Amino acid sequence: MQLTREEEAMLNGKYGEGTAFAMKVLVAIGNAFGAEKMVDISRAHVALSNQEADLWFVERLVKGGARCKVPPTVNPAFDLEYFQKHTHLSPKDIETIQRTQKAYKEIGAILTYSCTPYLEVNIPRFGEIVAFSESSATPYINSVYGARTNREAAQSALCSAVTGKTPLYGFLLDENRKGDILVNVEADIKDDFDYQLLGYATPPLAGHGVPVFVNMHQNITPEQFMNLGAELATSGSVALYHIVGVTPEAPSLDAAFHGEKPQREITITNEVLQKVQEKISAKPGKIDFALFGCPHFTIKQVREIAEMVAGKTLKAKLWIMTSALTKELAKKMGYLEIINDVGGDIVADTCWDQPCWEFLSNKRGVTDSAKMAFYSKRRDMEFIVRSVPECIEAAIKGVVQ
Amino acid sequence: MNTEKVVFKCHKIGGGKAEGEAIVSSDDICFYVVDPKTGKVIDKNHSLQGKSIANKVLILPSGKGSSVVQADGLYQLAMNNMAPKAMIIEHPDTVLVVSAIIMDIPIVDKVDRKFYEIISDHDWIEVDADNEKITVIKRSS
Repeated sequence: MQLTREEEAMLNGKYGEGTAFAMKVLVAIGNAFGAEKMVDISRAHVALSNQEADLWFVERLVKGGARCKVPPTVNPAFDLEYFQKHTHLSPKDIETIQRTQKAYKEIGAILTYSCTPYLEVNIPRFGEIVAFSESSATPYINSVYGARTNREAAQSALCSAVTGKTPLYGFLLDENRKGDILVNVEADIKDDFDYQLLGYATPPLAGHGVPVFVNMHQNITPEQFMNLGAELATSGSVALYHIVGVTPEAPSLDAAFHGEKPQREITITNEVLQKVQEKISAKPGKIDFALFGCPHFTIKQVREIAEMVAGKTLKAKLWIMTSALTKELAKKMGYLEIINDVGGDIVADTCWDQPCWEFLSNKRGVTDSAKMAFYSKRRDMEFIVRSVPECIEAAIKGVVQ
Repeated sequence: MNTEKVVFKCHKIGGGKAEGEAIVSSDDICFYVVDPKTGKVIDKNHSLQGKSIANKVLILPSGKGSSVVQADGLYQLAMNNMAPKAMIIEHPDTVLVVSAIIMDIPIVDKVDRKFYEIISDHDWIEVDADNEKITVIKRSS
């Protein structure tokens, strides 16, 4: 791999041990994937997770004097102040999150604590080279904006933020952005929730490669793109997809496949979506809580819930996870008050996959998120997966029929 | 007991040198579904389910799992001295590669097809990533 004099200097410790370690990791990735050189990045997003390896790695860089050249936005952990008021946290969990917050602050991250920075404060232009980790963010950045990122690990994205560099390989190169699999959508895609099911259903049928969707609605909303990408990256490892006539690198079928023929062709029917929903969801029955915001809800989704619950009484507890910015908007716009009045709440800076939700262990909830239902087995929670209006109906009745 | 040595070329991903007993996985691996205390694979329906990868040379097709959990899984194994000694991978993915590099575990790819034909569990392997060389020591009685 050819390094510039500046990159060599980083590697050899001119800017301290932390930067040298970050460069060492990037050079190793570059060698692994046959990259010829490094390129500059202009943005990054780090999937902070507040888990052991995450904390160990960021502290190692900070101790080595590293500071981010390109300040990255970061994923949520949990809102310590909020949960200290509402539940019991172990001293170890409190210490871990305090150290995580301190380390990311010291390294110079932008403390957005949100998994949807691509809708708020970290929005690249077409063709921009960036380093994004986080499974819902990577496909959005590549597919919807046409910016270029590999499917970064939290750690490699942080190394890129520190050095301002990434090796040139994979999805940064034209030839790897070509579509591989034609996905013919015969199913009726009626609402935001159907994009969740479509995203979850596609990878196992399509196999490895870049999926290209045809027969889709032409005016897809940010929430629908968000749902589609999050689930494509949950049931598979999709980092890039195209929708013919919709996403920027697919003005035509020919453009999406770079003039070549698809390797495979699959069809998604209503029956396929129905089966996926049955597979990811627990059986209907009583519920203890409703949990939304995986990925973090937008203000539009918060409004949808506020309008549905206004003046009603809820039998189940309800939480919406979102960014601090969206929570602030919800407060200004009166939605927070409406939701608080029925016993629900909006929680900022928080991911469901954190120890702060331990009080929901062995309980059953309802959610619209297939991603949350998939990973929640690790935390002994069980989810019935339904569309948002059906979830709200269930929260009012205390049961999913 | 007779021993037979076979040497293969490989391509260095993460540097270093290590040796150990071979364990061959036919499925992709996520280190988050390996028990950090025993090194045993707990992923249901995995070809290595119930088998330990601890302190062995792991031969695997590729990694799988989210951008976060792979590194955390390997980290926990390493803290318990239960991580693999080295890895020989067919289809390297960014997330697994990064995890191995930050934990300083030698990892190589691009090994001749013949290696996969002769290798089996319990063979002894020396992985010299820095010199891009793998030595297989087959034992037969």
